[in-house]
Amino acid sequence: MAETKLYKIEVLRFRPETDKEPVFETYEVPCMDDWVVLDALNAIKDDIDPTLSHRWSCRMGVCGSCGMLVNGRPVLTCAAFVRNYTGTIRVEPLSNFPIVRDLVVDLESFIDKIKSVKPWIIRKIEKDLSEGEYRQSPAQLEEFKQYSMCINCALCYAACPVLASDPDFVGPAAIALGHRYNLDSRDEGNAERFETLNAHDGVYACSFANECSQVCPKHVDPAMAIQQAKLNDFLQWAKILPKKSFT
Amino acid sequence: MEVSRHDIVLVGGGGAGLRAAIAAVEADPKLTVACVSKLYPMRSHTVSAEGGAAGVARDDDNLDLHAYDTLKGSDFLADQDCVEVFVEAAPKELVQLEHWGCPWSREKDGRVSVRAFGGMTTKRTWYATDKTGFHMLHALFQTSLKYDRIVRYDEYFATKILVENGRAVGVAAFDMRTGKMHAMLGRSVILCTGGAGRIFPFTTNAAVKTGDGMALAYRAGVGLKDMEFVQYHPTGLPGTGILITEASRGEGGYLKNNKGERFLIEYDYGVGGKAELGPRDMVSRAEMREFQAGRGFKGPYGDYVHLELMHLGEEKIDKKIPFVRELAKNYVGIDPVFEPIPVRPVVHYMMGGVDTDVNGATELPGLFAAGEAACVSINGANRLGSNSLTECLVFGARSGRAAAAFARGSSTGDEKNALDQARSEEARLDRLRGKHGGEKIAQIRRELNLATEAGCGVFREEESMRAGLDTVVQLKGRYADVGLSDRSLIFNTEVVQALELGNMLDVAETVVLSAVNRRESRGAHTRTDFPSRNDGEFWKHSLVKFAADGPRLTYKPVVKTRWELEERKY
Repeated sequence: MAETKLYKIEVLRFRPETDKEPVFETYEVPCMDDWVVLDALNAIKDDIDPTLSHRWSCRMGVCGSCGMLVNGRPVLTCAAFVRNYTGTIRVEPLSNFPIVRDLVVDLESFIDKIKSVKPWIIRKIEKDLSEGEYRQSPAQLEEFKQYSMCINCALCYAACPVLASDPDFVGPAAIALGHRYNLDSRDEGNAERFETLNAHDGVYACSFANECSQVCPKHVDPAMAIQQAKLNDFLQWAKILPKKSFT
Repeated sequence: MEVSRHDIVLVGGGGAGLRAAIAAVEADPKLTVACVSKLYPMRSHTVSAEGGAAGVARDDDNLDLHAYDTLKGSDFLADQDCVEVFVEAAPKELVQLEHWGCPWSREKDGRVSVRAFGGMTTKRTWYATDKTGFHMLHALFQTSLKYDRIVRYDEYFATKILVENGRAVGVAAFDMRTGKMHAMLGRSVILCTGGAGRIFPFTTNAAVKTGDGMALAYRAGVGLKDMEFVQYHPTGLPGTGILITEASRGEGGYLKNNKGERFLIEYDYGVGGKAELGPRDMVSRAEMREFQAGRGFKGPYGDYVHLELMHLGEEKIDKKIPFVRELAKNYVGIDPVFEPIPVRPVVHYMMGGVDTDVNGATELPGLFAAGEAACVSINGANRLGSNSLTECLVFGARSGRAAAAFARGSSTGDEKNALDQARSEEARLDRLRGKHGGEKIAQIRRELNLATEAGCGVFREEESMRAGLDTVVQLKGRYADVGLSDRSLIFNTEVVQALELGNMLDVAETVVLSAVNRRESRGAHTRTDFPSRNDGEFWKHSLVKFAADGPRLTYKPVVKTRWELEERKY
């Protein structure tokens, strides 16, 4: 088997029924050198302290459950190898979200924001299934493809400096998702999404710190999406205004 | 205890569940669906599916050919009427997903691309690079957000199916966030809770795949069908079991032994000219035979073979299978553009599941099931790669519509019994939190994993299966004495793990029991002591039913329409 080494894992614990505020607890965990931080958390749960609560599922970087701060940086713990850290590894819940318990945060606001951008195909007339697929060229697919890669892990919300002070900011993942549908050749919902994306807490709240794109584990570039969406908003405005003035 | 009332109570928010929910609300403009899921729907294990979804798409293909491939792949244990329904609905469902925004990979002319897959005669597997399940699930989840009548109960854990006058009328489920029990009442119930790969130690499956819905249905008296058929995928990463998609072979990858031979060609493993595009059961067996012959590579996690992609070139790898490159680089430190990937057989999929008809209906009126949780059966003794994502769509939609029709045609009735059952679940949950006991969850789970692997591996024989069955029965006894240390109501994942372990134990027992009694080799069930298929005695579905003093194994005939049974050779 692979080599085993003892790691000190410092985990932020918060048990709302008994703790007034979160406290760090340190565990000494024998880890194999091919382990990720999530493996260490599971070893704590299985063999040291079964009261530790954390979310995880696919352990292959695609379900988006296991985002946490490791040494202060938002990461997927299933993709953060213990061998890449020296000294104590500090694990905390994602910042900019209320803690429910231990490493589990309240994601309801995040889910609401995802819904607020109407992330579904909107069309005036829907094609009948018997007519087959909408034709979409590889180039048209490429237009929005990277923005469809978001796994909703919310790392970008933990990293975003705007969300730290303005919790109502729609935020990087949701804006990128709205933008993804706006860019999709099959979609005609641009105007309907305009309201959310262009609102006070929409694209213009972004300070372009670019932190979201830095931490994204799937190389989505939400910061770019936000900039493109600003331009899109302007074009919408330019297109819609004359129409409205004639009616 | 809280009480919620909807027309349909759906458990599970993965591919099949979300498709069922949308089908149900579209079938009836007044109906509401409670979507009860132990994790946020877009985190469901459908997300990890990579290679694609099968459905006839080209002029050189036809429905009969897809049906025949599926039946042959199943070693003729699939029900032929269900397979016919499946292949006919498949292309429509895949187009539907396209209309809902799924970013299918495209041809220059804008049509959806299709790729080759194991056991399929021609290219018919639709794909979105090699993140097909991810894209399908997110398209379904995002589309489901349109419908206010799909009411989500995210991070609710279902513990029991509520039964009133011989009908399923809801589930007991607790809110993991508050620990509070809810009686989720409805006029029909759909289970789309996925498979149970986690009963095995080495699996591609996510942590959540603990057979919850299978166990719930089983305890409600519904049979679990063909549970002995466990699919080993031939290309999992050693150690983690992370899946390397079959699309890597569909796009032209080679499997090689330590002599550098493409062993599927060099030796007779029954796959013929299909070589790397042989069906999964055969390719997994071939790999094990290579290990036995000393032609595997030795590693810290046992023997492995090489999956070579270098000859495809960087451009094709990045265009067609970028996730393979990402996973290999991240988890085994290998860039497949330059080096072969180490792979070995890994538990991937349960062909068996809750016994349903072609509409997802079970023998318990009002209870439906779809997706991997169900056994319709279209997969028989071995599922072909890329049929399961389509199965989620086709039978998710059918069960959603059937559950809507059932709900429309039935009254709510007296709720007293259902509420009493939910209250006793509430009391059971209370007793479980912080329960004293001498046994540990993790320890029982580890021993269960060892028993299933030893008893129901790629190759099986009487003695080890008997031993496995005895162990599972003993572990069930020890589980009664399991101790928990977390008394908290709030996000108590220890209590969730305890309940999941209970589900895994019940499901594992049905797997080993069905396996030890099937004295033949068929599809994924390969016995060294009974190496041939025996149609005379075993051309039938196994069906395990719950009884207080232990499971009862019975059988059920296979449905044949137009295809004769033949020897399965490629």
